[in-house]
Amino acid sequence: MTVDTIGRFERALEGLEVGFERVPAADASERIETIVEEPAVGAPLPFEGATLPESVTTTPTTADLERARTGITPVGFAIAEYGTVAIESTADGAEPISLYPDRHVAVVAESDVVPNLSAGFDRLESQFERGRDSVVFATGRSATADMGDLVHGVHGPGAVDVIVLEDR
Amino acid sequence: MAQRTRSQQADRIRHLLETEGDAVHANASSFDTQREAAYSATDDLEALRTEARSIKEDAIDRLPELLETAREAVEANGGTVYVADDAADANAYVADVVHTESEEHGITGDDDTPSVVKSKSMTTEEIDLNEALAAAGIDITETDLGEWVLQVADDTPSHIVGPAMHLERAEIAELFNERFDPDEPFETAEELTQFARDYLADHIQEADVGITGANFVVADSGTITLVTNEGNARKCAVTPDTHVAIAGVEKLIPTLSDLEPFVDLIAKSATGQSIAQYVTMLSPPTDSPTLSFDDPEEPTTTGDEAKADRDFHLVLLDNGRMDMREDDQLRETLYCIRCGACSNSCANFQSVGGHGFGGETYSGGIATGWEAGVHGQESAAEFNDLCTGCSRCVDACPVKIDIPWINTVVRDRINRSEDPAATDFLVDGLTPDMEEGGLDLGKRFFGNIGTAAKAASATAPVSNWLADADPVRGLLERTLGIDRRRDLPAFQRESLVDWFEKRGGAAASSRRASRGADVDIDREVVLYPDVYTNYVDVDRGKAAVRTLEALGVPVQVPDLPESGRAALSQGMVATADRQASRLFASLAEDLDADRDVVVVEPSDLAAMHREYERLLPERSFERLRDRSYEICEFVYGLLENGADPSALSNGNGAEPVTYHSHCQQRTLDLEAPTVAVLERCGYAPETTSAECCGMAGSFGYKREYYELSVDVGERLAEQIDGAKTVVASGTSCGDQLEGLLERDVPHPIELLAPGYRV
Ligand code: SF4
Repeated sequence: MTVDTIGRFERALEGLEVGFERVPAADASERIETIVEEPAVGAPLPFEGATLPESVTTTPTTADLERARTGITPVGFAIAEYGTVAIESTADGAEPISLYPDRHVAVVAESDVVPNLSAGFDRLESQFERGRDSVVFATGRSATADMGDLVHGVHGPGAVDVIVLEDR
Repeated sequence: MAQRTRSQQADRIRHLLETEGDAVHANASSFDTQREAAYSATDDLEALRTEARSIKEDAIDRLPELLETAREAVEANGGTVYVADDAADANAYVADVVHTESEEHGITGDDDTPSVVKSKSMTTEEIDLNEALAAAGIDITETDLGEWVLQVADDTPSHIVGPAMHLERAEIAELFNERFDPDEPFETAEELTQFARDYLADHIQEADVGITGANFVVADSGTITLVTNEGNARKCAVTPDTHVAIAGVEKLIPTLSDLEPFVDLIAKSATGQSIAQYVTMLSPPTDSPTLSFDDPEEPTTTGDEAKADRDFHLVLLDNGRMDMREDDQLRETLYCIRCGACSNSCANFQSVGGHGFGGETYSGGIATGWEAGVHGQESAAEFNDLCTGCSRCVDACPVKIDIPWINTVVRDRINRSEDPAATDFLVDGLTPDMEEGGLDLGKRFFGNIGTAAKAASATAPVSNWLADADPVRGLLERTLGIDRRRDLPAFQRESLVDWFEKRGGAAASSRRASRGADVDIDREVVLYPDVYTNYVDVDRGKAAVRTLEALGVPVQVPDLPESGRAALSQGMVATADRQASRLFASLAEDLDADRDVVVVEPSDLAAMHREYERLLPERSFERLRDRSYEICEFVYGLLENGADPSALSNGNGAEPVTYHSHCQQRTLDLEAPTVAVLERCGYAPETTSAECCGMAGSFGYKREYYELSVDVGERLAEQIDGAKTVVASGTSCGDQLEGLLERDVPHPIELLAPGYRV
């Protein structure tokens, strides 16, 4: 992973008005804590050494999901050129957790940030081969201009933060 | 179906211009500007478009096989595929799924009515799914904000991508305040959106079934792709346990890797975003836990149990598409990815929106193909004439569909389906065309404009005085539909061909050319005397001859047949075909002798470079295309090869000139050479950005379109107003601008020809 790719990712996210943080896995929990608005729900982080803050509910009921103001999920990979994160439909609910609360915090390993769409599709294809065949490319915040002006957070999150684990 | 009369059509267009035009123009033109910016920021755009097109060509070619592959894949995942023959079939199937689902699992909401939430889909509009479900006792709520506004307003979409583009914020606020009677009246887009979000969230949670469309269906994995900005498609697909996706069969593509160019292109072409907010690729039923808003405190089911609870149906709709696949002219329509770029780039669409420029469901340039294919020709006949063939959509379409050609062909078919009228004899004598009776008289007149022009020129100036006289204008309006507010072209008694012969023909031209040149340019030119240059705007023809001679190139101006451009505009393909063959035959010897064909009128050049591909044998087409040039493009080539610009009329180095290229000329990438020549000759050209002047040959003359044409023209005129010198390449552009600006608008070649004084 070149530094340049991460720089490109950061710039793309900046353009989308999405928060960006780069931290070691061990500091992830603390950083997430400072970003989240409670109540928060999350899908467990599969990265060694990285954990969710205590306050985050990890096996949310539908009611938890409805109430939550923040949803935290790992993402399979990210595409630097467009500032896209790839959210998988997993049994622990990454898809609804990333979709229902108004703020989504996406956690990605630095080694999973690929430079462009084409590299993203390479990753996607190998995922499909392994049977993980439902994925959302999410780029920025939910938006609409249908009411006469650009408004964020229509049906999906109105705020997004991406945390890159620099040692993963 | 009874066609609207001219005055009904004129009234309807006037009404749309007044009520919806401003909002549509603001939105569509900003999408178009953003698209252009996104396209030019993409390095490999042409390669991407070519790739996207070839994937679609291949997929449509292999469609029956892909259908089977998709069926196997979806069934292997645990879903169901249903291929619906037509609207009724599809609607009945969906209603059945909803009833079965709500009987098996009970009704989720508070009352006893099964309910459905839907994410925007043109395909469900095409089959009128909402009406069918309502008739089957099912509640249906649109969740796309624009689509929901229309549902509340009981209105129809006016754009493929921005369905409520024709409504302004204030109108939506008024509608919502009236309907929902909030404590504090809604005002801002923020307030309206917040309200809609909460209202729709409740409906989504209570729905028994979620319905979405699908932008693409990957056959070999059974993956549907949904491209949205709001996120409602995701919610509709994963919140209710049952998901029904409805897509036309043409949405199938073979493999996941085929999806990539489309994911890269679709948002760029639709709104100019680099990628849409959500590109959702689902191979349902998914692993996501099922949610239970009825029992919110219960732990959610996950894993295989959740999968088992989920139900997925993919409805693939034929509804005429398999027949379109067999139709050599309509097949291309199936490559369309419904991005709306053709609408956004269309000047007429920007003025009237999809309620004017659209049929039962689809709108914009490509709507002709869709409507003719899925609803039948009558639906296309309603609006087909609004395509002026300006071809600006050709560069916008991400899959390179020749949209103007589809419009021409369908126009031809519509022409042929009309009953012969008692008045046919009026133009029969005047029109040596290949058309059957029944063709609209105005169309037939304009399609044969060359014959009329020849007669008018022979009797000028009497014919001009006559044509201007009130009783004649009235007659022209009644019989041919020529609006009396439009100035008619004044025919010259001496045609360009006659003038050229009189001054000594080719021999004299050679002498003049050898005097003019100090560098040896070994080219000979056949100048094509198109109808307007030959009979009406003879001056620009003379200027072209003088310019070429001054740069050392001998010219011939033979009497040549019409190009077929006029016939094509009226959808008279057989006539155009015959004219193209005649013109090629007349030029074949010159092409053999390595002469260049130089064309003044851009629309005639566009016929030779674009439409002739459909009308001539491949080799003939290529020979003529490779040897024919637009006049300023040719001059540019001469200057590049050492010809001396000082032989021409020069500006002082900073002489301002406002230049309106021509829509088809811009599509052919021929704006730049004119600009370059003007610069080389000491002018400081500024180009216009308006897509089109709105006149487009006969279009602006027609009574039902006069006002639309002027509306489009005024946008151009506003950009130009106050400029010192204005030049335009096309006859129509010049006529339109002269009318609107009340000043002379010459062809750039007149400015450049020796002896011209600014
Ligand atoms: S024809 Fe081309 S530009 Fe028009 S909607 Fe279809 S894909 Fe888009």
